[in-house]
This record gives sequence, C-alpha cells and structure tokens, in this order.
Amino acid sequence: MLGLIGKKIGMTRAFYESGDSIPVTLIQAGPCTVTQLKSIDTDGYITIQLGFNEVKDNKLNKPLLGHFKKNKLNSFKFLKEFKVENKVLKKYKSGSVLNTSIFKVNEIVKVTGTSKGKGFAGVMKRHKFHGKNMTHGTHESFRGGGSIGQCATPSRVFRGKKMSGHMGNQTVTVKNLTIFKIDKERNLIFIKGAIPGHRNSIVTIRKIK
Amino acid sequence: MDILQIVGNEGINKEVPDFRQGDTIKVHFTIHEMEKTRKQLFQGIVIQKRGNGINKTFTVRKISHGIVVEKIFPLYSPLIKKIEIVQQGQVRRAKLFYLRKLRGKSTKVKRAKRTQSKNTNN
Repeated sequence: MLGLIGKKIGMTRAFYESGDSIPVTLIQAGPCTVTQLKSIDTDGYITIQLGFNEVKDNKLNKPLLGHFKKNKLNSFKFLKEFKVENKVLKKYKSGSVLNTSIFKVNEIVKVTGTSKGKGFAGVMKRHKFHGKNMTHGTHESFRGGGSIGQCATPSRVFRGKKMSGHMGNQTVTVKNLTIFKIDKERNLIFIKGAIPGHRNSIVTIRKIK
Repeated sequence: MDILQIVGNEGINKEVPDFRQGDTIKVHFTIHEMEKTRKQLFQGIVIQKRGNGINKTFTVRKISHGIVVEKIFPLYSPLIKKIEIVQQGQVRRAKLFYLRKLRGKSTKVKRAKRTQSKNTNN
C-alpha cells in the first residue's frame, strides 16, 4: 500500500487531553518523489517507486544516476517500492511529490525498519531461554541452552533448533500502529508506541487500506 | 537544539512555579473515576525532580494518617491544575531519599527563603 520513506528521529512523551501519557515516536517522513511507476505491461507487477533524501550526483553510482537522469529527476539516496492498486498508480506520474498529507490523524499504519543489531547473542538473549542454576553444583555452563537433541536416533540436530547466533539487524514490520499527530510543515509524523531500529535509521510507513 | 527537544518543548503549554527539592507544595489535580471527575489535593515535600522538557516528573512525599505516601507526577500533565508552594526548604541534596530512613522530628526540612524567580520552568 501507498506510504512514505522516513527517518526515525527518536521517542518522547505526549499527553491526551484526558491526562493519559503515551509514548510517541517521531519520524521525519518525506517529502518523497515518485521516481518510477511500474505497471504490468512493462514490469509484470504494479508498484510505485519513491525516492527519499536528495543527494549530490557524486554520491551515487552510475547505474543509479542513469535511472534518475532518464526521467530528468534529482538524485536520491534511498529508493523503495510500494505495491498499489492501478487506480492509485494513475493519480501519480514520475516526478510528483508525496508528503505527509497522504496520512490522516488516528490512521492505522504499518512501519517497517531494520532492527538494532545485537551481534552474536546467546540463547538466553536471543530465544529467551531460562539458562541454568547459578548454584546447586552447576559448573562451567550457566547460560547454555542444555541438550540439543537425542543420540544415535536421529543422530542429527533438527533443523530450526534454537541456538545462539546473530541477533537483530533484520527487517521488522510492526502492524497496527496509530498516527498520533502530523506536522505538515516540518514533515513530521508522530506514531503512538515504538518502531524498529535505531535513531536516524530509514523506515517506511505504509497505509493498511 | 535537536528536533526531538523542540517538539517536546512545544507540548509544554502551561507555566509552573519554580519549586525545588525540599519545598513543601500543594498539588491540585483531577482524578477520572469512570465518568466522574473529581479534584484532589496532595500536600507534601518534593523529594525528587527528574527528566527533561516534557518528560519532567517530580515526587511528592507525605505522611497521611501514619502511612507514608509518595506520588510521582508528570510535571506537564494536563491533570495537574495548579501547584502552590507552601513552604520553601533548604536542603543540600538533589534527591532526598534519606528522608525515608528517618522518623519523627528529624524528617523536618530546614526552612529557607528564596526570592521567587518567575516561571523558569525548572
């Protein structure tokens, strides 16, 4: 669904008039420029490609520059595609600009970002295992996962067994987030609750309908 | 100033008196009970102030019928209607958690006289 590319700024607090205090995340969303319209005839699927964060030409490689030059557009650092319906696609053409006005206050949205990288993490952190006793004769292994299977049958470790490994730095989507407030002048979207990723990371906000 | 602070400060839409740790204050606030709302008063010593901008909170400690009550208020909550300074206190610490260990007369905070600076939002 149609959406915007943005940058996570950070979290703060906001109050409802009833006095309830809620956590809000600020996103610097847009303005995004339509860089390409993909249709079934030419590409086999329908998407709208948006560009965000304008940069100088020397910051990009030649294939990407050629892509922008072809449609006489400015250069953008980030490109993302959004699946849309055909009638939505027809509203836009290459070079038109989208901003926060595509969203409404209290609208339900999805936010996709890259989660914070935790490095090589053990099973207690990665899979919420309980670990072992600190006392009662435990030695050497306090945070291990225990047995990883049986013996001669099946004589292998089952695929998908939860073990230690790299954690975080994955694409994560959070659904059903509410837009608390929109600041059109500064291109800010306030989202109720938390979103994936660290500060200044690139996120996409998409409509649900 | 970064944009997070600017936006946070915009949420501050009221002026509060410059009270400090050790001061005895009266907090007038409203409580929502189902559909009813009623006003309540909480008077006690400010033992802590923390946070920045709109995140700022303060803790008030009082002894009510022999039971110690500590309440944390968000300073810029719309539920807080008014804050009055009853008595200014002179203390040498920013966090007065030592009061929790004391009993009786020793919990009294020394009286102080400061000139009231107007609405510094501190």
